Amino acid sequence: MKLGETVYVFGPVITGRDEMHIRAIERSVAGEDVPSDIEGAVLFHCGPIMVQREDGTWAVVAAGPTTSARMNKLEPEMIRRFGIRAIIGKGGMSKDVAEAMREVGCVYLAATGGAAISLAEGLSRCTGVEWLDLGMAEAMWRFETERFGPLIVAMDAEGNSLYEQVASSIVRI
Amino acid sequence: MIKLPEPVEDIVVNLLRLANTKLPADVGWALEAAAGWETGDIARTQLGAIMDNVKKAEHMGRPMCQDTGIPVFYVRGRFDSTIVAQISKGVERATREIPLRPNTVDPLSRENDGSNLGEGMPIIHYIPTDDDFTEITVLPKGAGSENMTRLAMLNPADGVEGVRRFIIDSVLDAGGRPCPPSIVGVGIGGTSDKCVEMAKEALLSPLDSENPDPVLAKMEEDVFVALNSSGLGPMGLGGSTTVLGVKIRKAFCHTASLPVAVNIGCWATRRASARISDEGVEYSQGVDF
Repeated sequence: MKLGETVYVFGPVITGRDEMHIRAIERSVAGEDVPSDIEGAVLFHCGPIMVQREDGTWAVVAAGPTTSARMNKLEPEMIRRFGIRAIIGKGGMSKDVAEAMREVGCVYLAATGGAAISLAEGLSRCTGVEWLDLGMAEAMWRFETERFGPLIVAMDAEGNSLYEQVASSIVRI
Repeated sequence: MIKLPEPVEDIVVNLLRLANTKLPADVGWALEAAAGWETGDIARTQLGAIMDNVKKAEHMGRPMCQDTGIPVFYVRGRFDSTIVAQISKGVERATREIPLRPNTVDPLSRENDGSNLGEGMPIIHYIPTDDDFTEITVLPKGAGSENMTRLAMLNPADGVEGVRRFIIDSVLDAGGRPCPPSIVGVGIGGTSDKCVEMAKEALLSPLDSENPDPVLAKMEEDVFVALNSSGLGPMGLGGSTTVLGVKIRKAFCHTASLPVAVNIGCWATRRASARISDEGVEYSQGVDF
Protein backbone atom coordinates (compact mmCIF):
# COMPACT_ATOMS: atom_id res chain seq x y z
CA MET A 1 0.00 0.00 0.00
CA LYS A 2 1.33 3.38 -1.03
CA LEU A 3 1.43 6.47 1.15
CA GLY A 4 -1.42 8.84 0.26
CA GLU A 5 -3.50 6.17 -1.45
CA THR A 6 -7.26 6.02 -0.74
CA VAL A 7 -8.45 2.57 0.34
CA TYR A 8 -11.57 0.86 1.72
CA VAL A 9 -11.68 -2.03 4.19
CA PHE A 10 -13.77 -5.19 3.77
CA GLY A 11 -13.85 -7.88 6.48
CA PRO A 12 -13.64 -8.05 10.27
CA VAL A 13 -12.54 -5.07 12.35
CA ILE A 14 -12.25 -4.64 16.12
CA THR A 15 -12.31 -1.39 18.07
CA GLY A 16 -9.91 -0.46 20.83
CA ARG A 17 -8.95 2.65 22.75
CA ASP A 18 -6.76 3.31 25.81
CA GLU A 19 -8.52 0.93 28.22
CA MET A 20 -8.82 -1.92 25.74
CA HIS A 21 -5.08 -1.69 24.98
CA ILE A 22 -4.22 -1.70 28.70
CA ARG A 23 -6.43 -4.70 29.44
CA ALA A 24 -5.33 -6.74 26.42
CA ILE A 25 -1.65 -6.23 27.22
CA GLU A 26 -2.07 -6.81 30.98
CA ARG A 27 -3.99 -10.03 30.47
CA SER A 28 -1.59 -11.30 27.84
CA VAL A 29 1.43 -10.53 30.06
CA ALA A 30 -0.25 -12.38 32.95
CA GLY A 31 -0.92 -15.39 30.70
CA GLU A 32 -4.69 -14.89 30.87
CA ASP A 33 -7.12 -15.33 27.98
CA VAL A 34 -7.65 -12.52 25.54
CA PRO A 35 -10.20 -12.57 22.71
CA SER A 36 -8.56 -14.53 19.90
CA ASP A 37 -9.56 -12.04 17.21
CA ILE A 38 -7.10 -9.44 18.56
CA GLU A 39 -4.43 -11.62 16.96
CA GLY A 40 -3.58 -10.17 13.53
CA ALA A 41 -6.48 -7.73 13.78
CA VAL A 42 -7.47 -4.62 11.92
CA LEU A 43 -7.72 -2.32 14.94
CA PHE A 44 -10.01 0.70 14.74
CA HIS A 45 -9.31 3.47 17.27
CA CYS A 46 -12.96 4.22 17.94
CA GLY A 47 -15.48 4.55 20.73
CA PRO A 48 -18.79 4.18 18.90
CA ILE A 49 -22.32 5.09 19.93
CA MET A 50 -24.19 1.77 20.07
CA VAL A 51 -27.79 0.84 20.86
CA GLN A 52 -28.92 -2.60 21.96
CA ARG A 53 -31.89 -4.07 20.11
CA GLU A 54 -34.63 -6.00 21.89
CA ASP A 55 -33.13 -9.31 20.78
CA GLY A 56 -29.86 -8.39 22.50
CA THR A 57 -27.86 -7.63 19.35
CA TRP A 58 -26.21 -4.26 18.86
CA ALA A 59 -26.67 -1.58 16.20
CA VAL A 60 -24.16 1.14 15.47
CA VAL A 61 -25.38 4.76 15.55
CA ALA A 62 -22.14 6.67 14.99
CA ALA A 63 -18.54 5.49 14.70
CA GLY A 64 -15.71 7.81 13.69
CA PRO A 65 -12.03 7.54 14.65
CA THR A 66 -10.59 8.80 17.93
CA THR A 67 -7.20 10.51 18.34
CA SER A 68 -4.63 7.74 17.84
CA ALA A 69 -1.77 9.61 19.55
CA ARG A 70 -3.31 8.81 22.95
CA MET A 71 -2.28 5.19 22.36
CA ASN A 72 1.32 6.05 21.36
CA LYS A 73 2.82 4.52 24.51
CA LEU A 74 0.72 1.37 24.33
CA GLU A 75 0.67 0.64 20.61
CA PRO A 76 4.22 -0.67 19.96
CA GLU A 77 3.68 -3.49 22.46
CA MET A 78 0.15 -4.06 21.16
CA ILE A 79 1.42 -4.39 17.58
CA ARG A 80 4.32 -6.69 18.48
CA ARG A 81 2.41 -8.85 20.96
CA PHE A 82 -0.67 -9.41 18.79
CA GLY A 83 0.70 -8.91 15.27
CA ILE A 84 -1.77 -6.10 14.48
CA ARG A 85 -1.88 -5.70 10.68
CA ALA A 86 -3.70 -2.40 10.26
CA ILE A 87 -4.66 0.49 12.50
CA ILE A 88 -7.51 2.83 11.57
CA GLY A 89 -7.49 6.16 13.38
CA LYS A 90 -6.92 9.86 13.07
CA GLY A 91 -4.04 12.24 13.62
CA GLY A 92 -1.24 9.69 13.18
CA MET A 93 1.14 8.00 15.62
CA SER A 94 4.72 8.31 16.93
CA LYS A 95 8.04 7.13 15.52
CA ASP A 96 8.09 4.27 18.05
CA VAL A 97 4.78 3.05 16.67
CA ALA A 98 6.04 3.41 13.09
CA GLU A 99 9.04 1.24 14.02
CA ALA A 100 6.80 -1.52 15.44
CA MET A 101 4.61 -1.26 12.34
CA ARG A 102 7.65 -1.72 10.12
CA GLU A 103 8.78 -4.80 12.07
CA VAL A 104 5.41 -6.52 12.01
CA GLY A 105 4.12 -5.33 8.63
CA CYS A 106 1.31 -3.05 9.75
CA VAL A 107 -0.18 0.03 8.09
CA TYR A 108 -1.95 3.08 9.52
CA LEU A 109 -5.09 4.14 7.71
CA ALA A 110 -6.45 7.62 8.40
CA ALA A 111 -10.22 7.94 8.66
CA THR A 112 -11.82 11.37 8.53
CA GLY A 113 -12.30 12.54 12.11
CA GLY A 114 -15.91 13.25 12.97
CA ALA A 115 -17.33 11.54 9.88
CA ALA A 116 -19.15 9.16 12.21
CA ILE A 117 -22.36 8.63 10.25
CA SER A 118 -20.75 8.05 6.85
CA LEU A 119 -18.16 5.72 8.38
CA ALA A 120 -20.82 3.79 10.33
CA GLU A 121 -22.45 2.93 7.00
CA GLY A 122 -19.38 0.82 6.21
CA LEU A 123 -19.78 -1.15 9.44
CA SER A 124 -22.33 -3.57 8.07
CA ARG A 125 -22.91 -5.62 11.23
CA CYS A 126 -21.85 -5.67 14.87
CA THR A 127 -20.79 -9.24 15.62
CA GLY A 128 -20.16 -8.85 19.34
CA VAL A 129 -18.59 -6.95 22.20
CA GLU A 130 -15.98 -7.74 24.85
CA TRP A 131 -15.19 -5.91 28.06
CA LEU A 132 -18.33 -3.79 28.10
CA ASP A 133 -17.56 -3.08 31.77
CA LEU A 134 -15.04 -0.54 30.44
CA GLY A 135 -17.95 1.56 29.15
CA MET A 136 -19.45 1.97 25.69
CA ALA A 137 -16.54 4.04 24.36
CA GLU A 138 -13.74 1.87 25.76
CA ALA A 139 -15.17 -1.60 25.14
CA MET A 140 -13.88 -3.83 22.34
CA TRP A 141 -16.53 -3.97 19.62
CA ARG A 142 -16.44 -6.40 16.71
CA PHE A 143 -17.73 -5.43 13.28
CA GLU A 144 -18.08 -6.89 9.83
CA THR A 145 -17.31 -4.19 7.27
CA GLU A 146 -18.38 -3.55 3.71
CA ARG A 147 -16.47 -0.83 1.87
CA PHE A 148 -15.46 0.93 5.09
CA GLY A 149 -13.88 4.30 4.34
CA PRO A 150 -12.60 6.32 2.57
CA LEU A 151 -9.29 5.75 4.37
CA ILE A 152 -5.94 7.30 3.49
CA VAL A 153 -2.75 5.24 3.81
CA ALA A 154 -1.02 7.71 6.13
CA MET A 155 1.77 5.48 7.56
CA ASP A 156 3.05 2.59 5.50
CA ALA A 157 4.76 -0.67 6.50
CA GLU A 158 8.20 0.74 5.61
CA GLY A 159 8.25 3.38 8.34
CA ASN A 160 7.10 6.31 6.17
CA SER A 161 4.53 8.76 7.49
CA LEU A 162 2.44 11.32 5.67
CA TYR A 163 2.13 13.23 8.98
CA GLU A 164 5.94 13.44 9.21
CA GLN A 165 6.10 14.71 5.64
CA VAL A 166 3.45 17.36 6.32
CA ALA A 167 5.07 18.34 9.66
CA SER A 168 8.50 18.79 8.07
CA SER A 169 7.13 21.14 5.43
CA ILE A 170 4.93 23.23 7.80
CA VAL A 171 5.42 26.97 7.35
CA ARG A 172 5.42 28.91 10.63
CA ILE A 173 5.07 32.59 9.88
CA MET B 1 -37.27 33.58 36.88
CA ILE B 2 -39.58 34.31 34.00
CA LYS B 3 -42.57 32.07 33.40
CA LEU B 4 -41.45 29.26 31.13
CA PRO B 5 -43.64 27.99 28.28
CA GLU B 6 -42.26 24.46 28.64
CA PRO B 7 -40.00 22.59 31.09
CA VAL B 8 -36.30 23.47 30.89
CA GLU B 9 -35.58 19.74 30.84
CA ASP B 10 -37.39 19.41 27.47
CA ILE B 11 -35.61 22.47 26.09
CA VAL B 12 -32.23 21.00 27.09
CA VAL B 13 -33.04 17.75 25.26
CA ASN B 14 -34.02 19.80 22.17
CA LEU B 15 -30.81 21.82 22.42
CA LEU B 16 -28.58 18.76 22.65
CA ARG B 17 -30.40 17.17 19.71
CA LEU B 18 -30.08 20.30 17.59
CA ALA B 19 -26.41 20.87 18.44
CA ASN B 20 -25.37 17.26 17.83
CA THR B 21 -27.31 16.57 14.65
CA LYS B 22 -27.15 19.89 12.77
CA LEU B 23 -23.93 21.79 12.15
CA PRO B 24 -24.32 25.57 12.66
CA ALA B 25 -24.91 27.26 9.29
CA ASP B 26 -21.84 29.50 9.59
CA VAL B 27 -19.56 26.48 10.12
CA GLY B 28 -21.16 24.70 7.16
CA TRP B 29 -20.59 27.73 4.92
CA ALA B 30 -16.95 27.93 5.99
CA LEU B 31 -16.46 24.24 5.11
CA GLU B 32 -18.08 24.72 1.71
CA ALA B 33 -15.87 27.72 1.00
CA ALA B 34 -12.82 25.65 2.01
CA ALA B 35 -13.82 22.84 -0.35
CA GLY B 36 -13.92 25.43 -3.12
CA TRP B 37 -10.33 26.57 -2.72
CA GLU B 38 -8.63 23.30 -1.71
CA THR B 39 -6.64 21.77 -4.56
CA GLY B 40 -4.97 18.65 -3.09
CA ASP B 41 -6.64 15.27 -3.57
CA ILE B 42 -6.26 14.17 0.06
CA ALA B 43 -7.55 17.48 1.47
CA ARG B 44 -10.50 17.38 -0.91
CA THR B 45 -11.28 13.79 0.12
CA GLN B 46 -11.33 14.86 3.78
CA LEU B 47 -13.59 17.88 3.20
CA GLY B 48 -15.86 15.80 0.96
CA ALA B 49 -16.21 13.11 3.64
CA ILE B 50 -16.98 15.79 6.25
CA MET B 51 -19.71 17.46 4.18
CA ASP B 52 -21.23 14.14 3.16
CA ASN B 53 -21.33 13.19 6.85
CA VAL B 54 -22.92 16.49 7.91
CA LYS B 55 -25.74 16.04 5.39
CA LYS B 56 -26.40 12.45 6.43
CA ALA B 57 -26.37 13.25 10.16
CA GLU B 58 -28.90 16.04 9.72
CA HIS B 59 -31.10 13.94 7.43
CA MET B 60 -31.06 10.92 9.77
CA GLY B 61 -31.26 12.97 12.96
CA ARG B 62 -28.17 11.28 14.36
CA PRO B 63 -25.13 12.80 16.10
CA MET B 64 -22.64 13.88 13.40
CA CYS B 65 -19.72 12.67 15.54
CA GLN B 66 -19.58 9.70 17.91
CA ASP B 67 -17.83 11.94 20.42
CA THR B 68 -20.86 13.87 21.56
CA GLY B 69 -18.52 15.47 24.06
CA ILE B 70 -19.14 16.96 27.44
CA PRO B 71 -21.96 19.48 27.13
CA VAL B 72 -20.83 22.90 28.37
CA PHE B 73 -23.77 25.13 29.25
CA TYR B 74 -24.05 28.91 29.38
CA VAL B 75 -27.11 30.31 31.12
CA ARG B 76 -27.75 33.99 30.57
CA GLY B 77 -30.54 36.39 31.53
CA ARG B 78 -32.93 35.68 34.40
CA PHE B 79 -32.83 32.34 36.17
CA ASP B 80 -32.75 30.76 39.60
CA SER B 81 -30.98 27.83 41.24
CA THR B 82 -33.58 25.26 40.11
CA ILE B 83 -32.07 25.43 36.65
CA VAL B 84 -29.18 23.15 37.67
CA ALA B 85 -31.42 20.16 38.43
CA GLN B 86 -33.44 20.77 35.27
CA ILE B 87 -30.37 20.89 33.04
CA SER B 88 -29.07 17.70 34.70
CA LYS B 89 -32.35 15.91 33.98
CA GLY B 90 -32.21 17.09 30.38
CA VAL B 91 -28.67 15.76 29.94
CA GLU B 92 -29.57 12.37 31.36
CA ARG B 93 -32.65 12.08 29.16
CA ALA B 94 -30.84 13.27 26.02
CA THR B 95 -28.14 10.66 26.63
CA ARG B 96 -30.78 7.92 26.45
CA GLU B 97 -33.09 9.40 23.82
CA ILE B 98 -30.84 10.85 21.10
CA PRO B 99 -28.65 8.82 22.09
CA LEU B 100 -25.42 10.52 23.18
CA ARG B 101 -22.30 8.55 24.04
CA PRO B 102 -21.88 8.26 27.81
CA ASN B 103 -18.57 10.10 28.17
CA THR B 104 -18.15 11.20 31.77
CA VAL B 105 -15.98 9.04 34.05
CA ASP B 106 -14.34 9.36 37.44
CA PRO B 107 -10.95 10.92 36.60
CA LEU B 108 -8.98 8.39 38.68
CA SER B 109 -10.95 5.13 38.77
CA ARG B 110 -12.26 5.78 35.19
CA GLU B 111 -15.66 4.39 36.21
CA ASN B 112 -18.54 5.38 33.93
CA ASP B 113 -22.12 5.30 35.24
CA GLY B 114 -23.57 5.91 31.78
CA SER B 115 -25.46 9.10 32.67
CA ASN B 116 -23.11 11.80 31.30
CA LEU B 117 -23.40 13.35 34.78
CA GLY B 118 -21.39 12.68 37.96
CA GLU B 119 -19.39 14.79 40.39
CA GLY B 120 -19.01 18.40 39.17
CA MET B 121 -21.27 17.80 36.14
CA PRO B 122 -22.93 19.30 34.22
CA ILE B 123 -20.63 22.23 33.48
CA ILE B 124 -22.70 25.44 33.66
CA HIS B 125 -21.49 29.03 33.30
CA TYR B 126 -23.82 31.71 34.67
CA ILE B 127 -24.28 35.17 33.20
CA PRO B 128 -27.12 36.91 35.06
CA THR B 129 -28.62 39.98 33.36
CA ASP B 130 -31.76 42.10 33.76
CA ASP B 131 -33.14 40.97 30.38
CA ASP B 132 -36.65 39.56 30.15
CA PHE B 133 -35.46 36.20 28.91
CA THR B 134 -33.57 33.10 29.96
CA GLU B 135 -31.06 31.98 27.39
CA ILE B 136 -29.51 28.53 27.53
CA THR B 137 -26.61 27.73 25.22
CA VAL B 138 -24.87 24.40 24.87
CA LEU B 139 -21.45 23.69 23.41
CA PRO B 140 -20.86 19.90 23.27
CA LYS B 141 -17.07 19.71 23.54
CA GLY B 142 -15.32 16.56 22.28
CA ALA B 143 -12.03 15.43 23.81
CA GLY B 144 -9.96 15.40 20.61
CA SER B 145 -10.03 19.17 20.44
CA GLU B 146 -10.37 19.82 24.19
CA ASN B 147 -7.20 17.83 24.92
CA MET B 148 -5.23 20.32 22.82
CA THR B 149 -6.11 23.24 25.15
CA ARG B 150 -3.14 25.36 26.17
CA LEU B 151 -2.63 28.13 28.69
CA ALA B 152 0.53 30.25 28.89
CA MET B 153 1.27 32.82 31.55
CA LEU B 154 3.55 34.91 29.34
CA ASN B 155 5.75 37.74 30.52
CA PRO B 156 4.40 41.18 29.68
CA ALA B 157 7.66 41.77 27.77
CA ASP B 158 6.67 38.97 25.36
CA GLY B 159 4.09 41.41 24.03
CA VAL B 160 1.77 41.06 21.06
CA GLU B 161 4.35 39.05 19.12
CA GLY B 162 4.61 36.54 21.98
CA VAL B 163 0.83 36.18 22.06
CA ARG B 164 0.67 35.64 18.31
CA ARG B 165 3.49 33.07 18.38
CA PHE B 166 1.82 31.12 21.19
CA ILE B 167 -1.52 30.93 19.37
CA ILE B 168 0.01 29.79 16.09
CA ASP B 169 2.34 27.25 17.71
CA SER B 170 -0.50 25.81 19.82
CA VAL B 171 -2.58 25.09 16.73
CA LEU B 172 0.29 23.77 14.60
CA ASP B 173 1.73 21.59 17.39
CA ALA B 174 -1.72 20.02 17.81
CA GLY B 175 -1.40 18.78 14.21
CA GLY B 176 -4.23 16.54 13.06
CA ARG B 177 -5.32 15.58 16.58
CA PRO B 178 -8.12 18.16 17.11
CA CYS B 179 -9.78 17.31 13.75
CA PRO B 180 -8.87 20.34 11.64
CA PRO B 181 -10.05 22.44 9.89
CA SER B 182 -10.66 23.83 13.34
CA ILE B 183 -11.99 26.95 14.96
CA VAL B 184 -9.50 28.63 17.26
CA GLY B 185 -10.86 30.17 20.46
CA VAL B 186 -8.43 32.51 22.19
CA GLY B 187 -8.49 34.32 25.51
CA ILE B 188 -6.01 37.08 26.24
CA GLY B 189 -5.65 38.53 29.73
CA GLY B 190 -7.71 38.00 32.86
CA THR B 191 -6.52 35.52 35.46
CA SER B 192 -5.61 31.96 34.46
CA ASP B 193 -9.18 30.70 34.96
CA LYS B 194 -10.79 33.69 33.24
CA CYS B 195 -8.39 33.34 30.33
CA VAL B 196 -9.33 29.72 29.59
CA GLU B 197 -13.01 30.53 30.06
CA MET B 198 -12.79 33.31 27.45
CA ALA B 199 -11.00 31.03 24.99
CA LYS B 200 -13.88 28.57 25.14
CA GLU B 201 -16.60 31.23 25.09
CA ALA B 202 -15.04 32.62 21.90
CA LEU B 203 -16.11 29.39 20.13
CA LEU B 204 -19.76 30.42 20.61
CA SER B 205 -19.45 33.44 18.31
CA PRO B 206 -20.70 32.80 14.77
CA LEU B 207 -17.80 32.79 12.28
CA ASP B 208 -19.43 35.56 10.25
CA SER B 209 -19.72 37.94 13.20
CA GLU B 210 -17.15 40.71 13.38
CA ASN B 211 -15.07 41.31 16.49
CA PRO B 212 -16.17 44.70 17.88
CA ASP B 213 -12.59 45.38 19.00
CA PRO B 214 -10.60 46.46 15.90
CA VAL B 215 -7.26 45.41 17.40
CA LEU B 216 -8.56 41.88 18.06
CA ALA B 217 -10.28 41.77 14.65
CA LYS B 218 -6.95 42.50 12.99
CA MET B 219 -5.17 39.87 15.07
CA GLU B 220 -7.86 37.29 14.18
CA GLU B 221 -7.30 37.98 10.49
CA ASP B 222 -3.51 37.84 10.81
CA VAL B 223 -3.53 34.51 12.70
CA PHE B 224 -6.13 33.08 10.29
CA VAL B 225 -3.92 33.83 7.27
CA ALA B 226 -0.79 32.52 9.00
CA LEU B 227 -2.45 29.24 9.97
CA ASN B 228 -3.98 28.66 6.56
CA SER B 229 -0.59 29.31 4.95
CA SER B 230 1.02 26.63 7.15
CA GLY B 231 0.14 23.64 4.97
CA LEU B 232 -1.16 21.50 7.88
CA GLY B 233 -4.57 21.10 6.23
CA PRO B 234 -7.70 19.03 6.95
CA MET B 235 -6.96 16.25 9.50
CA GLY B 236 -3.29 17.26 9.44
CA LEU B 237 -2.83 15.44 6.12
CA GLY B 238 -1.74 18.57 4.23
CA GLY B 239 -3.68 21.34 2.51
CA SER B 240 -4.62 24.98 2.66
CA THR B 241 -7.50 24.75 5.15
CA THR B 242 -6.15 24.41 8.66
CA VAL B 243 -8.67 26.67 10.38
CA LEU B 244 -12.19 27.88 9.59
CA GLY B 245 -11.94 30.85 11.90
CA VAL B 246 -10.11 32.54 14.76
CA LYS B 247 -12.08 34.18 17.58
CA ILE B 248 -10.33 36.22 20.27
CA ARG B 249 -11.63 37.69 23.52
CA LYS B 250 -9.75 39.74 26.06
CA ALA B 251 -9.99 41.01 29.61
CA PHE B 252 -7.77 43.23 31.73
CA CYS B 253 -5.02 41.40 33.62
CA HIS B 254 -2.46 41.98 36.35
CA THR B 255 0.32 44.39 35.40
CA ALA B 256 2.84 41.57 35.92
CA SER B 257 0.91 39.05 33.77
CA LEU B 258 0.10 38.28 30.16
CA PRO B 259 -2.10 35.16 30.13
CA VAL B 260 -3.03 33.58 26.79
CA ALA B 261 -5.26 30.55 26.34
CA VAL B 262 -6.13 28.56 23.23
CA ASN B 263 -9.20 26.31 23.14
CA ILE B 264 -9.64 24.58 19.81
CA GLY B 265 -13.01 23.62 18.35
CA CYS B 266 -12.95 20.76 15.84
CA TRP B 267 -14.59 21.16 12.39
CA ALA B 268 -17.73 19.91 14.16
CA THR B 269 -17.95 22.88 16.51
CA ARG B 270 -21.48 22.26 17.66
CA ARG B 271 -23.59 24.82 19.43
CA ALA B 272 -27.23 25.61 20.06
CA SER B 273 -29.07 28.27 22.03
CA ALA B 274 -32.63 28.64 23.23
CA ARG B 275 -33.94 32.04 24.21
CA ILE B 276 -36.94 31.57 26.44
CA SER B 277 -39.34 34.48 26.96
CA ASP B 278 -43.05 35.13 27.43
CA GLU B 279 -43.41 34.81 23.68
CA GLY B 280 -42.05 31.28 23.56
CA VAL B 281 -38.76 29.53 22.82
CA GLU B 282 -36.50 30.65 20.00
CA TYR B 283 -33.67 28.36 18.91
CA SER B 284 -30.43 29.47 17.20
CA GLN B 285 -26.93 28.10 16.69
CA GLY B 286 -24.53 30.90 17.57
CA VAL B 287 -24.54 33.70 20.10
CA ASP B 288 -22.37 36.70 20.82
CA PHE B 289 -22.25 37.94 24.39
